[in-house]
Amino acid sequence: MPRIAIDPITRIEGHLRIEVEVENERVRDAWSSGTMFRGLELILRGRDPREAWFFAQRACGVCTTVHALASVRAVENALGIAVPENARLVRNIIAGTQFIHDHVIHFFHLHALDWVDVVSATKADPAAASRLAQSLSEWPKSSVEYFKGVQDRLKAFVGSGQLGPFANGYWGHPAYRLPPEGNLLAVAHYLEALEWQRDIVRIHAILGGKNPHPQTYAVGGMTLRMGADSPTGLNAATMSNIDTMLAGARTFVNQVLIPDVLYVASAYRDWFDIGRGIGNYMAYGDFATDVNDESSVLFPRGRVMGRDLGRVQPVDQAQIAESIVHSWYEYEPDGQGAKHPWKGETRPRYAGPNPPFESLEGYEKYSWLKAPRYDEEPMEVGPLARMIVGYASGKREIREAIDAALGKLGVGPEKLFSTMGRIAARALECQVLLPALEGWARQLRSNLESGRVQVADSSKWNPDTWPADAQGFGWEEAPRGALGHWVVIKNKRIENYQLVVPSTWNGSPRDGAGRRGAWEEALIDTPVVNADQPVEVLRTVHSFDPCMACAVHVCDPQGGQSVEVRVL
Amino acid sequence: MEHHPDAGLPPLDLTAELARRGVSRRSFLKFCAVTAAVLALPPRYAHVIARGLEQAIRAPVIWLEGQDCAGNTEALLRAAKPTVAEVLLDTISLDYHETLMAAAGTASEKSLRDSLAQYAGQYLVVVEGSIPLADGGVYCTVGGRAFAEVVREAASRAAAVITVGSCAFDGGLPGAAGGVTGAFGVQSFLKDQGIGTPVINLSGCPMNPDNLTATIVQYLSMKSLPATDSLGRPLFAYGDSIHEHCEALPHFRKKEFVQEWGDAGHRAGWCLFQMGCKGPVTQANCPTLKFNAGTSWPVSSGHGCVGCTQPRFWDSMPLYRAGDPIALASPTPVEYRTPVPSTPPPATPGSSTPTPGANPPDGTTPGGGDGIGGTEIAIGAATLAAFGAAAGYGAYRFRRREQHVPEEGLLPGKEQEDQDASHRD
Repeated sequence: MPRIAIDPITRIEGHLRIEVEVENERVRDAWSSGTMFRGLELILRGRDPREAWFFAQRACGVCTTVHALASVRAVENALGIAVPENARLVRNIIAGTQFIHDHVIHFFHLHALDWVDVVSATKADPAAASRLAQSLSEWPKSSVEYFKGVQDRLKAFVGSGQLGPFANGYWGHPAYRLPPEGNLLAVAHYLEALEWQRDIVRIHAILGGKNPHPQTYAVGGMTLRMGADSPTGLNAATMSNIDTMLAGARTFVNQVLIPDVLYVASAYRDWFDIGRGIGNYMAYGDFATDVNDESSVLFPRGRVMGRDLGRVQPVDQAQIAESIVHSWYEYEPDGQGAKHPWKGETRPRYAGPNPPFESLEGYEKYSWLKAPRYDEEPMEVGPLARMIVGYASGKREIREAIDAALGKLGVGPEKLFSTMGRIAARALECQVLLPALEGWARQLRSNLESGRVQVADSSKWNPDTWPADAQGFGWEEAPRGALGHWVVIKNKRIENYQLVVPSTWNGSPRDGAGRRGAWEEALIDTPVVNADQPVEVLRTVHSFDPCMACAVHVCDPQGGQSVEVRVL
Repeated sequence: MEHHPDAGLPPLDLTAELARRGVSRRSFLKFCAVTAAVLALPPRYAHVIARGLEQAIRAPVIWLEGQDCAGNTEALLRAAKPTVAEVLLDTISLDYHETLMAAAGTASEKSLRDSLAQYAGQYLVVVEGSIPLADGGVYCTVGGRAFAEVVREAASRAAAVITVGSCAFDGGLPGAAGGVTGAFGVQSFLKDQGIGTPVINLSGCPMNPDNLTATIVQYLSMKSLPATDSLGRPLFAYGDSIHEHCEALPHFRKKEFVQEWGDAGHRAGWCLFQMGCKGPVTQANCPTLKFNAGTSWPVSSGHGCVGCTQPRFWDSMPLYRAGDPIALASPTPVEYRTPVPSTPPPATPGSSTPTPGANPPDGTTPGGGDGIGGTEIAIGAATLAAFGAAAGYGAYRFRRREQHVPEEGLLPGKEQEDQDASHRD
């Protein structure tokens, strides 16, 4: 059976190749291949552990702050440092803002074009689009004139013959099901979200100096300048700006993102039964609502196995190990057995076809991604995993948001295990996060006004205060799922550093037992009506929001041996 | 301007277009004035830009991503002057960009092929990320092709190449010590390939998007590329040091230095030099342009400059070195293991990919990264160390760059190179 290769998978971060076998218009088997490798962990070896965040942050420029946070947490864990309350609040606000920003961009700019036919929008009736918009939401930009203006702009764009990023889309494909007015509504919000995301992320500029790659992280806290009358940084005026931007975000999420997601979900109801995946969900948990109480997390930690919402199982970092049987690496001494990140050993050893190549068929190893497993089981991580673990844990905010949305759609929680479930979960967690974000901002303002402005604990800044050797790990819920950094420190330098990131969990190739990764499994039985235009494959892959740059990594071989690169 | 894309593209009546979209002549001119300011041009150039833009078409742009983190793509989405929507819909035709384009797989490759063929000699190529040359290019493939081959093909017939971010500039992070992929920047790769397309480098991690849009707008409106320094970086953006325009400069002069994160000096906005700030040896317009629509920049928020626009900063500028007595006491603050060079692989049959890994451009390190500006940075690090010895602060001298006003129609040529030489310290 011939394979279809989709390479590059676009509208993601990074380099991903998907190969599928299609039989009777359904995917019968699938292979996920990461096709880029940088060697970040090799580069981290030997450096000052306090600098690790600065390097690790560059694992990804889309989830541009999450690796900085996981890194400082890992080093703080290794060195036994507890950061001040303000640092935790600022980190929560930066990370929470990243969620909102990332999820909005994902839905409108990276995913919507799988469901929205841009060209069809030129045929819409602006008056009907206006009525549709007003039936869905209070959002004020909904007049006939407004949609007429957007449509004119789109028509001029299409008419110019220069379609730019919209060229060669699968427009007119029978899998597109929205009426022209629905498509026009989505195009309008695509453009609005493009401007909106620029504004909300200014919170990162205030707290981090810039975005992408905010720059105020430090082991021990944040280097944010903070004081009610500080000339710059976080002061009374910029605190007010943050409040205003968060209020705007809440409006945009509730009046644009959520209604649009529910509208798309209701039009593509069958996608609640497609892309079910492996059915094991894991969340590390994050976002303490009371910063002094670790157990008060907004997103609980746990595992839900085999789609059993009745039982939440614990997560123990010792149970995580990575397999490279189908990855372009090798292990010592036997070349195979899975390894825990602290013991992690990776040697890049490309064993695929020489470029240029047409297919990875027939190659046992087929990806730069490793295959992380929990107690030998493949896991799905991400917004859906968080919402499922939270739902099964009985977390009030999460249950309310999910029950309300599913109620509107008239489906039960079992429909969450699907491509459309992933999309809904991503939007709903924005709804859950925003009130918490506003709460952290209130706490920060209260501290600012009362002069409690400590943001860093420098008592262990000097490496002389450290133990000679240490190891630690930093966990975080990143927008795309459970993220962990593991660090081994020896003689005050980084001896070993490893990232096990969400897209490695989700996008992994098969493991030693031949079990598929989450994307591969979710693609099974996905319909493909036209093999030349596999838009359905994109729908399921994009529902995970792949992020490849950080998914590919390599860690330090133990024992200080130089890396041997096989000659091709 | 030999390559300017006037021919073969649909003309655009900008005035009518603006009117139809409800943009007044006044606000259009304001936009032009803002762009002139970013380009460090006198205000009268607003009218030159306006006149040029009115005649311009949407320039085809091919954006290629190699060993990258998409940080510069995200930066593009933050563009404020003009805004990202104005850039994408009105200023350029973004014909290929994997992170943003609708098409995927073979359909996306068609978009690339179509644009390369239809607008040969007229399109702009933007490159984000480094080019891995080791082991036959296996460390980054797109559609089964080595990224080096993708860049070579697109750049060879481009009007100009703009590199965004430090990885495309000089190999960046993948090219830092310890890397094994043979990661190189675009300029030295193209030089090695004998491709003479002009290259503009917008270094930084990531670059400031308003410098990119200003470069593109200058290209469209004045039919010229910005004048650059010896590293190919536009003088309007990289002509002055961070330090010269830093808000903390008065504190530096008074020797008021932050000693610890969060101390009284930190809250009062004192100089971050002792905490490792690289502003004195870093060229960029961060303090004046700022980030995210002028909201802030790192020093304002409390962290020193990390030197990310400078060559090889990952290895040459340890983050906290200047103010860290432990690091300063050690002659070599970080000991890196030498990466093992890969043996030259045989050329891949049927591929025109350049001898990967065998002969790195400019004969530089096998681990990756090109040798751009190595000497200059060695000097910079020594200067920093001298500062850290807490003596002679006043002895530091900054060479003020002359404001450079480009002539209309000027492209970098022999004359330009001479001018660049005069800008070298």
